[in-house]
Amino acid sequence: MKLSAPADVRILENGFSVGEALAAFNAGHPVSGGIASFVGKVRPDGEVKALELTHYAPLTLPGMEDIAGRALERWQLDGILAWHRIGTLTSGQPIVLVAAAARHRRAAFDATDFVMDHLKSAAWFWKRERRGSGPNGGWHWITPHDADYAARNRWDSP
Amino acid sequence: MIRIVYLGMLADLAGRGESEFGATTEEIDWADLLALLESHMNRHLADAIRADTVKVALNGKVLLDREDLSAKHGDEIALLPPVSGG
Repeated sequence: MKLSAPADVRILENGFSVGEALAAFNAGHPVSGGIASFVGKVRPDGEVKALELTHYAPLTLPGMEDIAGRALERWQLDGILAWHRIGTLTSGQPIVLVAAAARHRRAAFDATDFVMDHLKSAAWFWKRERRGSGPNGGWHWITPHDADYAARNRWDSP
Repeated sequence: MIRIVYLGMLADLAGRGESEFGATTEEIDWADLLALLESHMNRHLADAIRADTVKVALNGKVLLDREDLSAKHGDEIALLPPVSGG
């Protein structure tokens, strides 16, 4: 698998292997002293049968690229990876993968954290979950919590 | 034609992901759009779009102020409720 450098940003319609992605990212950054990563997964929840993510093509990928670009400007990074699923997902499947490669660990941790905080509440995705089953089942739209907005805003006042 | 794309919960209220309207005047502004949705779609949709949290993109660019909207034949308007990713 060949990744783009310094930023590899993707919207994925199908499931992906976190292991293969991180192996490729690691291989692409041989001089980095450290790689930090975060995997967001569909939480197992008895009520929730499926999660569906939609996007708006003209905005979503450019918006993710902007977030990745801001991380590259803000920290000394060798590379950044930001992958996000769309479509229907079930419990345990990865939704999002973010990784940052840097000479020093703090930049890698912080850049990963920054990109995740922005993907949660500032990237153009809409999420709903299907709860219950049969005629009692239904789709419910998910909106970010106040904590998600607060997490994002803390990066504005360093 | 002007294409209108409904994202997230707005697609549920519209009952579809997008609609196309023939432009009766040269350009439509924000007030025209609300009136159009109220008369051709439904009141719930128009009310939901009035919420301050709904943003508007014209041809793939988010408007800083949605009241500056000015759309003409061939344009695509996207109605964007609050996002939730990750």
